[in-house]
Amino acid sequence: MYQEIFSKYAPTKDNLIYILHEIQDSEPRHYLSEEAVQAVSEYLNIPANHIYGVITFYSMYSTKPRGKYIIRLCESPHCYIRGSENILRKMKNMLGVGIGETTKDGLFTLELCACLGVCGNAPVVMINDDIYGDLTEDKVEEILTHLREVKQ
Amino acid sequence: MKYYRMHVLIGINETSKQAGVEAFIEALKKELEANGLQDEINILETGPLGFFGKGICLTVYPDNVNYEDVKLEDIGELVQEHFLKGRPVRRLLFSAGGKFTPKFNYESRIVLRNSGIIDPENIDEYLGTGGYEAWEQALLNKKPAELVDEVKKSGLRGRGGAGFPTGLKWSFTAPIECEQKYVVVNADEGEPGTFKDRLIMEGDPHQLLEGIMICARAVGATKAYIYIRGEYKLSIQRLRKAIQQCYEYGLLGKNIFGSGFDLDIEIKIGAGAYVCGEETALIESLEGNRGIPRWKPPFPGVEGLWKCPTVVNNVETLANVPFIIKNGADAFRKYGTPECSGTKVYTILGDVAYPGLCEADMGTTLRTIINDYAGGMKKGFRFKAALIGGAAGVILNDSLLDVKMDLNSLNQYAAVLGSGAILVMNENTSMVDMLWSILRFFRHESCGKCSPCHNGTQMLYDLISKIRNGQGTEDDLDLLLLIAENMQQTSFCALGQSPVMPVRSALENFRDEFLALVKK
Repeated sequence: MYQEIFSKYAPTKDNLIYILHEIQDSEPRHYLSEEAVQAVSEYLNIPANHIYGVITFYSMYSTKPRGKYIIRLCESPHCYIRGSENILRKMKNMLGVGIGETTKDGLFTLELCACLGVCGNAPVVMINDDIYGDLTEDKVEEILTHLREVKQ
Repeated sequence: MKYYRMHVLIGINETSKQAGVEAFIEALKKELEANGLQDEINILETGPLGFFGKGICLTVYPDNVNYEDVKLEDIGELVQEHFLKGRPVRRLLFSAGGKFTPKFNYESRIVLRNSGIIDPENIDEYLGTGGYEAWEQALLNKKPAELVDEVKKSGLRGRGGAGFPTGLKWSFTAPIECEQKYVVVNADEGEPGTFKDRLIMEGDPHQLLEGIMICARAVGATKAYIYIRGEYKLSIQRLRKAIQQCYEYGLLGKNIFGSGFDLDIEIKIGAGAYVCGEETALIESLEGNRGIPRWKPPFPGVEGLWKCPTVVNNVETLANVPFIIKNGADAFRKYGTPECSGTKVYTILGDVAYPGLCEADMGTTLRTIINDYAGGMKKGFRFKAALIGGAAGVILNDSLLDVKMDLNSLNQYAAVLGSGAILVMNENTSMVDMLWSILRFFRHESCGKCSPCHNGTQMLYDLISKIRNGQGTEDDLDLLLLIAENMQQTSFCALGQSPVMPVRSALENFRDEFLALVKK
């Protein structure tokens, strides 16, 4: 089932990171399953433990199923002094989950991340591929409500 | 070529995209047409404009008027009042109410000279500014050794943090005879508060590509990789487009300009790890491994990617190279100080009137940067501290405002110019909180290879948390510094060696604040 992705990359180890990126992006729940790792292991002819080593090292990969929207809130110093803690509290309250957890409806996963390089608009959050800046608690409310409605 | 009466520059970036800039441009174009202005007024989609406003930002030339947070419903007024009658719309003007008017300083710009002025997605605009002339010279009129010498003479030093002389770095790799050499561009910008490289790539991607090409020619590499953060979607998109345009124009590929020299540039995307900014960790990541630093020596210049000689340079460093080759080392040396030539790109953030991006000569004082380029402090706030160089940087107080910002002068304060990030903080910001946040960052980003770093960062975090909660003692402050100093001496790579800088500077410059929180 991953043949289409594999066909784009030569079976060499340096392509591992890109193959993992693509598989994870194509998976609706944004994670790397055991079957996926097995398939990559066979295609690249490298042991699964090496692949797990890589997956757990980088913060963008996950071995657990995640929500449709991955919320990555910046916790770096710039966002912190601009009030990212309040934003985090607001998100936790609205979603009813802790850091690294997924909401019951499978819609949101709340994560923390390092600097996103958009510090001019701190505090900042990245939801899937989109950046939202200059966050306030009201704006968080607006964004999350909007995303919830889009689904329905 | 058409001549326009007025140019409207629209910054396309993550913020403006979120505000719906695509729909905005379409609506603006329609409105111009409805008023018969489409041949008089040019709309240019460009990169960073040099100031960070909210929402959609515009700069209008020749009036040099900046607007922020312009919405769809403002278009009518903008066209009627400003574009037709020449009266800027005051309520939309970009202004944070500072004491000074910031100068955007187009005179001493090297790296940013095109940024915010040309369309970064159009190679013709870069060619129109004299782009790729240096590449042609480098290929047809100069020997590779001459290129290395020119860069050596220019005194260009690495802009990634360590400040290693670029020409010297190249001269290690250039004479090695082997089948394959590589150039790797470090665009894995992870230092908190730093995004100069992102803005360089978004604003003028071709300049970076030209720098890579010249570097590859100088050291004899036929393959170059740009290792870029996965989060930088727009940079990736623009670089991809720029590379494709270069192939179409014959600036890349086989036998370029009939010189017999081949070069390919490829983009590689990272997966989120701060430590991958360390050059050997970056190489490990490129090879498809965990991004864990390697033992040095051998240095990458001798044995790097797949054991081949590899030059690893920062984005800003390479973006300086086309200027040096085109105008000569002496022209470059006119900027900056004798020991530290050239300019530096800064991102100034925090409680200043005009947070933004600027380029200033090396050796410009912090005071000048804050007052002249960022318009001074925001109204109603007093300067308390500035964090320079991101997490692996130093916290300075007001007695150090006249420190010259160049690699040599800052070394006296045990600081590095590093990433060019300047965070200005007002008198209400707690330095204990700030240091806590920095140490939390290091704890999270330690790669786990060596004990001094992976245990040390945890211990530092525990200690600062204790102090922050009011449970610490004065001895804990000394212990904090002792651990950080030990880490500096014993850690494997720069990550574990760095926490000492914020810790020492915070304790030295703001000791009273820490003492106020500890138990007596």
